[in-house]
Amino acid sequence: MEIVHVYTKLRSEFGRQYLFSDRPTELLVDIPPDPSLAMQFITKTPRDQATQACREMSEHQVNTERFESESRGLNHMEGGWPKDVDPNDMEQTIRFRKKVEKDESYMNSILQLGSVMDHYIRQNNAINIYQDYFTEDQDIDEGQEAPSAKTINVFRDPNEVKRTVTCLSWHPDGGRKLAAAYCCLEFQKSSKDLSPDSYIWDIENPNQPELALKPASPLVCLDYNPKDPHTLVGGSYNGQIVYWDTRRGSQPVELSSVEHSHRDPVYKIIWLQSKTGTDAFSASTDGQVLWWDVRKLNEPTERLVLDPGREGNLDRALGAISLEFEATMPTKFMVGTEQGLVVSCNRKAKTPAEKIVCTYDGHHGPIYALHRNPFFPKNFLTVGDWTARIWSEDIRDSSIMWTRYQMSYLTDACWSPVRPSVFFTTKMDGVLDVWDVLFKQNNPTLSLKVCDEALYSLRVQDNGRFVACGSQIGAATLLEICSGLSTLQKNEKSLLAAMFERETKREKILEARQREMRLKERSRSEQSREDDTGRDADGDESPEQLIARAEEDFYSVVEAERKRREERHRVSTNHSKP
Amino acid sequence: MPTNYAEVEETLRRIQSQKGVQGIVIVNSEGIPIKTTLDNSSTVQYAGLIHQLVMKARSTVRDIDPQNDLTFLRIRSKKNEIMIAPDKDYFLIVIQNPSD
Repeated sequence: MEIVHVYTKLRSEFGRQYLFSDRPTELLVDIPPDPSLAMQFITKTPRDQATQACREMSEHQVNTERFESESRGLNHMEGGWPKDVDPNDMEQTIRFRKKVEKDESYMNSILQLGSVMDHYIRQNNAINIYQDYFTEDQDIDEGQEAPSAKTINVFRDPNEVKRTVTCLSWHPDGGRKLAAAYCCLEFQKSSKDLSPDSYIWDIENPNQPELALKPASPLVCLDYNPKDPHTLVGGSYNGQIVYWDTRRGSQPVELSSVEHSHRDPVYKIIWLQSKTGTDAFSASTDGQVLWWDVRKLNEPTERLVLDPGREGNLDRALGAISLEFEATMPTKFMVGTEQGLVVSCNRKAKTPAEKIVCTYDGHHGPIYALHRNPFFPKNFLTVGDWTARIWSEDIRDSSIMWTRYQMSYLTDACWSPVRPSVFFTTKMDGVLDVWDVLFKQNNPTLSLKVCDEALYSLRVQDNGRFVACGSQIGAATLLEICSGLSTLQKNEKSLLAAMFERETKREKILEARQREMRLKERSRSEQSREDDTGRDADGDESPEQLIARAEEDFYSVVEAERKRREERHRVSTNHSKP
Repeated sequence: MPTNYAEVEETLRRIQSQKGVQGIVIVNSEGIPIKTTLDNSSTVQYAGLIHQLVMKARSTVRDIDPQNDLTFLRIRSKKNEIMIAPDKDYFLIVIQNPSD
C-alpha cells in the first residue's frame, strides 16, 4: 500500500511569498492493525548469556615432599685473611690491621657508623622497649575457654610393615622420652619379615627413634622402672620377660627362660615397689600371674593361677589381660581377665587359695584396661566391651557409675594424674575421649578423632598435660590437653568424693533391696511348695492348656479392638451426615 | 678534608663509655675483625657469625624491595643486645646490656 500525498502548484505562482495559515488537525491515513500478520511472527525465548573477557586459569595444589632436616652446629674459625697474611702470625695480623686503620674510607665510614650507633645506644638507655606495661590484665579467666587438645607430634613406625602400638610408657624422670612396644596382635598375621623391634622416642624428634630395643620376639608390653630411669622391662609375644638397660644398648641384658615363662603373650608387666627396686610382675592369658626379680630372670619368684575356684587349676584359669598395681597399697593388686571379671588379690595371703580375695563381674568382653583413681584408691576404672565403668571396692555386684554403650569398642583408658575427675579412653574408631565426670556424665567432655584407624593404647604423662596414644598402623600420637582439663579445679576433690559416696550408697541400697526381694521370693516359693502338695493338678498347667489360654486371650483382645473401631467409624459417619 | 685518626679513636671511646656497653667489634666486609675491645675468641666468633647474619638480613630486605636497604640490625637476647650498624665495607658491632 502506498501512501502518497500530492502537492500541486501552478508554475506562475512559483516565487511568490509563502502565506502560512493554521487549520485544525486532519486525519490523513488510518492503518488499522492486521491480526493475521501476527501469526507470522515467531516469538523467541530470551536467553541470558554471560561473557567475560579474561584469561582462563586453573587452580592446582601442590604439596612438597617431606623434607628431612637435621640440626648441626658450625664452628667458626678464623678466616677471610688475604693470601699473604698468615692468621697465626701475630705480627702480620697486627700490621694488616694497622694498615686498614689508616685507610681513608675506613675512617669516614667509622665516623658515620659511630654517630648512628650512638643514637641507638642512647635510645636503649632512655627507655626499655620490652617493659611489661599491662601486667594486671594478664590473669584472664580460664574457665570460659572450650576444652581442646592439639597434636604435637606423631611418631611413626620406621619399618615397612606396620605393627600396632600395643603399649606405651613414659620416662619416669620428666617424661622427655616415650617407650613404645610394637607388635602385631592379630592371630597368625605376623609374617617372617615382621621386625621384632620396639623403640624409645625422644618427644622432640619424631623423625628417628632414639633407641631401638631388639628382643627375640616382639614386645607386647613394656614399662620403665620408676626407681631407675635407665632400666625397662618388657613382656614379649612368646611369653618371655626381657630386661634392658638403656646404657648398655639395644640388646636385652637378660631374658627369662622359656620353660618358666608364660605360655601365652604377656599382656601386662608392671614394676613393683620394693626395697631393691628390681621386682616386677606380669600377667598373661595363660591364666598365670608371675612375680620376677630382674636380677635372676631364669625363674619367677612367685606364681599365682587365676582360678576362680581357688584351686590353682590351670585348665580352669581365667586369662589375664590387664594388671593394676598402686604403689601406695603394695600388698593388693587387681587383674582384669578375658572373661570380663576383675579379680582382686592379696599378695601377702598365707595360702594360695586366699590370694584371690574377690571378683567383680561387669563386662561382656575382655577387660582391656584397669586403673585405680590416683586420688581415690578405693575407686577404679575398667574398660571392656563398649563401656567404661567406675567401681568402688566395697560393692561387688555392679559398678557404681558407667558410660553409655559407645559406638565402637573401647580399647584403653586411664585416669588423669592431676585431675581426679578426668579420665581418657581410646576407641576402635580412632577417637580419643576425655571424660570429666563432674562436668558431664552422658558424653565425653572432649572427643578427638586422632586417626582413621583404631587406637590401641593410651598413656598420660605425669604432669597430666601430654597424652600419647598408639594406633594400629604403628603411629604414636602425642597430644597436649588444654590447661582447663589438666589443672586441678577448686573443690574438685571434695565434689568427686561426694559423688563417689553418693553412687556407692545408691548401689548399696540397691544391693540390699535385691537381697530382700530374693529372700522374699525364696520364702514365698518355699511356702507355696508346701501348699502345693494338695493341689497338684491345678498348679501345674500343661503346655496345651497354656496354648489354649493364650489363644483365648488373643482372640478376645482382637474382638474388642474390632468392636471399638466399628463404633468409632459409626460415630464419624453419623457426624458427617447432616 | 682528610679526617684525623684521632677523631675515629674519640668516636669509639665515646661509644665505649656509654652506659651498659660491654664491647665493640669492627669487622670488614671479608669477616676480619679490625678493631675490638673483647678477647680474641669472642671476637672471632662474633665476626664470623654476625657477618653471615648481616649478609642474610641485607639480602632479605633487598629481595622484598630492591629499592630498600638494611640500615640497622638489633638482636635482643635474654642477657644483652647486639647492635650492628652495616656499611658498604665495614660493620660496627656493639654489645650492650640495656639494664633498666
